[in-house]
This record gives sequence, structure tokens and C-alpha cells, in this order.
Amino acid sequence: MRTLSRFVLAVLVFTLSFGSAAYAANRAAAPVTIHVLTMDQAAMPNDEMDKVAKEFMAANPNVQVEMEYVSYDALHDKFVTAMATNPPPYDVIMVDVIWYEEFVKSGYLADVTDKITPDMRNNVFKTAWNVVTVKDKVYGMPWLVDTKYLYYNQTMLKAAGFDNPPKTWEELITQAKAIKAKGLADYPIDWSWSQAEAAICDFTALVAGNGGQFLDASGKPAFNDAKGVGALQWMVQSLNDGLTNPSSITSVEEDVRGVFSSGKAAFALNWLYMYQKAQFDTKESQITGQVGITTVPVFDAVAKSGVKSASVDGSSGFSVVANSPNKDAAWSFIQYLTSEPTQIKYSDSQTPIWTTSYTGDKLKQLEGVQGGSVIIPIFNEQFQYATVRPRVPYYLEGSKALQLALQQALTKQKTPQQALDDAAATWTKLGSQ
Amino acid sequence: MATLATTVKPMGANARRFNLRRQDTIVGWLLIAPSLIIILGVTLQPVLSTLYLSFFDASTSVNLPRTFIGLDNYTNLLQDPVFWQTIGRTMYFMVTSVGLELIVGIGIAQLIHTRPPGWKFLRISLIIPWAVPTIVNGAMWGWIYNGDYGALNGLLYQLGVINKYIPWLIDPARAMNLVILADIWHTVPFVALIIQAALAGLPAELDEAAAVDGASAWDRFWQIRLPLLRPAILVALIIRSVEAFRVFDIVYVITHGGPAFGTVTISYLTYQETFSYGHLGRGAALSFLVSIFTLGIAFIYIRYVYRPGEGA
Repeated sequence: MRTLSRFVLAVLVFTLSFGSAAYAANRAAAPVTIHVLTMDQAAMPNDEMDKVAKEFMAANPNVQVEMEYVSYDALHDKFVTAMATNPPPYDVIMVDVIWYEEFVKSGYLADVTDKITPDMRNNVFKTAWNVVTVKDKVYGMPWLVDTKYLYYNQTMLKAAGFDNPPKTWEELITQAKAIKAKGLADYPIDWSWSQAEAAICDFTALVAGNGGQFLDASGKPAFNDAKGVGALQWMVQSLNDGLTNPSSITSVEEDVRGVFSSGKAAFALNWLYMYQKAQFDTKESQITGQVGITTVPVFDAVAKSGVKSASVDGSSGFSVVANSPNKDAAWSFIQYLTSEPTQIKYSDSQTPIWTTSYTGDKLKQLEGVQGGSVIIPIFNEQFQYATVRPRVPYYLEGSKALQLALQQALTKQKTPQQALDDAAATWTKLGSQ
Repeated sequence: MATLATTVKPMGANARRFNLRRQDTIVGWLLIAPSLIIILGVTLQPVLSTLYLSFFDASTSVNLPRTFIGLDNYTNLLQDPVFWQTIGRTMYFMVTSVGLELIVGIGIAQLIHTRPPGWKFLRISLIIPWAVPTIVNGAMWGWIYNGDYGALNGLLYQLGVINKYIPWLIDPARAMNLVILADIWHTVPFVALIIQAALAGLPAELDEAAAVDGASAWDRFWQIRLPLLRPAILVALIIRSVEAFRVFDIVYVITHGGPAFGTVTISYLTYQETFSYGHLGRGAALSFLVSIFTLGIAFIYIRYVYRPGEGA
């Protein structure tokens, strides 16, 4: 027994010393690991993002990149919770356009103004720089310039006798009624009107399309004026008329994609990412080859004044997390992810932020990508009409109040005027704090 | 030994017995000290620091200043109609959910107790809903209720009960009831098994004697078995009520608090205030109010349901 216990002791000592030597050696050669937190199916699908990470790691052998994907609605809260620790668990984060003011105020993002070269300044869309700039300082690199488009089912429209998609919302209603009357779709229009940011996106586009605005020039809520109320009233009416799918009240963009891709809707508003999946992916869509995409309509009166379209901006950028111990590696990865070659290579799901990509050979490359000949022209047409939602640090809380107002009007608990007035009162209170 | 004991001074004997008991106590404390330290460390420190934070106007961001505002967070909350509406909704959730669970759970327990054919299978299969994690349960029911391709719609449509798919979750009140249903399905097994274990421990003679005396089946259940089940019911009631009052994940997964705030419970409100809006001080105050409410609920149960001496 004594020999046995001595033997066991010897083995233990050996393993421990070997283990700690190996551990020390490991630490010395350990690559820098950066943790990236980004949105699930943002624009580029996750597998393409993983490919970009692999390419970056191949080019930078001493940097490990670990990608983490969460759904949009969870991303903000997850990041805020994670920032309670120091050092933070993430080095790079995707930031939606509406969060920049809040995150900068909370001190979560690193200032990268001095890392932006004049070349970068000049060759990226000006509006894209607006996304990541707060009080004249730059806090990230633009990555996605996106807006919502009107998608339509070409087969359904033709079957109802329409050769072209609608240019005004009134025209859309006419077409929807005809489609419903012919029994081609129970609910011709599908929206993302859930109690989530998705509803605000649709509402912003509709209010702008009605000639209204979110906030007025002095920053006070203007969405409860006659034009804003008119837009909401139109939304409620389309539900009453049985033209809007009632499930829209609990849908976000992924649900809209599901309904549209299964051929149950003739019209849907969605971001650019839906085009690839609905038009080409036979695993994800039952209507491949039948998807039309066009600019979002406006209301008649606005069309007559010469404004062709009104949509909502849904851009985002990638930022380095303040307090990250690996800022340089983080910025390096962001640079690679947003670089022109990478963006052109993966342009089937999102359009590049570089203005230089839209000319000459690079433009040909873009248009050569699957769907590119449709996507690039429509992007150029639509993007100039993208309305930006208010850039204030209390945006999330204000947005929630407005989401509640939309839901109350849609579920007939309040009249549109009353619901929007109550939301406006909250915005005013938040703005005065 | 007795004779020996009487020749020893009483003082000494007492002192020895006292010493022994004291030693036992010390040993007992030493044995549980490690786990006690860990538990207190993990739970006490956050509880105290949450209480501390609730007196501040604090943001979730550590980079922003925190100003002391005393009880303002509490007074603002208690004067906020949204807070009371949310408490009301949460109470509705709790009462309906726990009430139905008790009734169904006692029924199932009674059924198992009568040992029908296949009762062993029933008891085992009862575990399955309980074993499903709450998040998975929520996701599953969310898909069942889906208005465009949900299983509930499919089933009712094929049975001819409805002739058009219904978007179940777009009505706030109906959504709340459906979330309650999802919660009941998940936790009925817990109640059923607790009650069934208690039923199995009841003396059979009481029942038989009552039957001989001519008591009906209902009387035997209502007058004899149910009162004896009081301690077990109390256990199930307290545990389930506290859990139901604090419900969060099933609401988050199925409805995200919608539609139109119709399923926002107090925990969801706390989460929203703290992480979506960044009002850490307010969120901390909300957590404390939730704790006080749950303590109150437990107190009411113990005061009115617990009868000491019945072997709870």
C-alpha cells in the first residue's frame, strides 16, 4: 500500500509540473482572440460572415476570431449586460444606426476618429459616415447601408391583371383588393408590425410617404400631427379591410420573409436580405423566380409633389468596444470586414458602402453577382429616399412608447390620434430630461 | 449505571451534557459553513448591492455618474399607473395559472392514486412536460400558436372547428391566456407529483372507514383526503405562486411582452427598464418591490393555509 501511495504521489507531481509547464508554454504562444458580437442574418448570412472570419484568420495567423450571432431584438440587451464586466467579453460589436447615440453616451464604444484616413472619408457614402458619427467624432466603421424595399409576387400581380407594381399606396390598395377578390391571397399585404423596432421602421416609411416627419426641426415629436395620424389610420384601415395579414401585429421581418416566401402574400416591405433568399434559394422559398422588388411607394399627394418614394434607413456599423484589451486586432478585423474587396465579394446580400464600387469594372463585378443586376440599380434608386430615425440617446425608450401606441391603435384599444398623442407626450418628457 | 450517576454531582452531569450538545452544534455549523459561505456570497452580495443601487439614479453603464436620490425610485414606481397595471396582469397570471394547475394537478394525482391500468406509464410520461426547459417550452408553444402555420390552427382546421386560420396572439387578453396555457402544460406535472406523493402517504384506513360509514366518493375526497393534503398543497402553492409571480422567460419567448403590452409581467418590466432603457436604479427598485410582493404572498399562504401540527 505504501509503495502504491508513493507511486500515486509521484504521478500526481509529474502531471502537475508537466501541466504547468505546458500551460506556461501555451500562454507564451497564445494568439490574440477577439470576440465579435453581431446580428443573426444581418444582411450577409452567418455562413458568409464565418467565411470572412476564416479569411481574416488565414491572413493574420496570430489573431483568433470568435463570432457570436444573436437575433436583432436580443443584440442590444445582450451587449449592454455584457458591458458590466471589465474587461468586456466582446471586442467588436455590430451597432445598429439607432443605438450609436445611446452607446456613445454610455461610453461603450472606442473613438476611432484618428484612424479614418481621408481616402476612407471620401470613398464611402456620406450618409454612411453619418451613421457612425456622434458629435463630430467617429465611433465605428460603416458596414451595412440598408433600406426597406417593396417586394411583390410577380405571378400574383400578373394573374390579377397588373403588369407593373404600384407607385402609390393608393394604387397598392387597388391591386391588393383585386388580388384578394380573385382569391389569389387571403391577405395580400404582410407587414412587420410587432411590438418591436420593426414596426417603427414601417411606420417611419409610411409617415414620410405621407409627407410627415418623426421629429420636427426643434426635435419635438411630430408623428402625432395630421400626416402621422393619417398614416396610422391607413394602417388600421388596411387591417379592417382584410388586406393586411392580421398576423402582422406579431410579426418581425423574418416572419414577413416566411409568409412572403411561402406565396401567401402579394406585397411585403423588407430589407434587402430577403431578395436573395426569396428569389434564388429553393430551400427557403417556394416562389423562386417570381420575386419583384421596387421602390417603396408614397401617398398620392406626396407623389404629386414630385417625391417618388419614401423608405426607412436601417444601416449599421461595426465598432471597437471601449476597454477592449485587443483594440488593434479588433480594428484590424473591422477594416478587413468592411474593406472594398470583401464587400464586393459578398455583395449578393448587401451593397457596398464604397462609392468607388459603383463605377467601371467594380460595378460590372457587382452586377455579375447573382441578382446583382436587379439589386444594384434598385439600391441606387431607393437609398436616396431613406429616412433616418431620430438620433437621440433615449431612442429605445421613446421607440418603445411609440411601438405601444402603434399596437394599441392596431388592436383597437385607442384611436390613432390618442395613441400617438400619448406616445408624443412620452417623447417630450424624455427629451426634456 | 444509574447508581453511578446518583453518586456524581448534578452540576457536573449537566455540564457534561451541555458540553456535548454544544459540541454537536459547533460541528454542525462547521459542516455547513462551506456551503453557507458560498450561498450567502452568491446571493447575499447581489441582493444587498441591488438594494443599495435602488436608492440611486443609476444607469446600466458604469461610465455614467450615479446620483443618490433616496426613495425617489420607489415613490415614482408606486405612483406609476403602468407599474400597477403590470402588477395586476402578473396577479392575473399567477392566480389563473396556479389555480388551474392545482385543480388539474390534484385531479391527475387522484387518478394515479386509484391505480388505473397503465398508471405507471401515466406517471412516467407526466415528467416529460416538466423536463422540457422553459425556453424550449416557450418556443414550442410560440410555434403552435403561430397564425400562419401553427399546429393549433392546423388541428382545429382539420377538425372543422374553424374554417380559417386564426392569428391567436394578436389579441392582448387572448395572448395572455394562451401564455398561461403554455405555462400550465409545463408545470402541472410538478403539482401532480407532489400531491400524488402526499396521497400515497395517507393512511388507507381513514378512507375505508369513511366508506364503511357510507360517505360518498366526493365526500371522502373533499372532507377527508383534501384536508389531509393541506401541507402538500401548501408546498405546491407557495413554490408555484412565487415562480408564477416572477415569470419571465415564457413571456419573453412567446410574445416579447406584446401585443400592446398585454403580456408584460413585472419581471419583464424590470428587465426592460434595466437592460433596454438602462435605468439600473429603477430596475433595482422594481426587483425589490417584486421581492416584497412575493414575501407578502408567501405570508398570506402560511397565515391562512398552514395549520401547524399536521406534519408539514
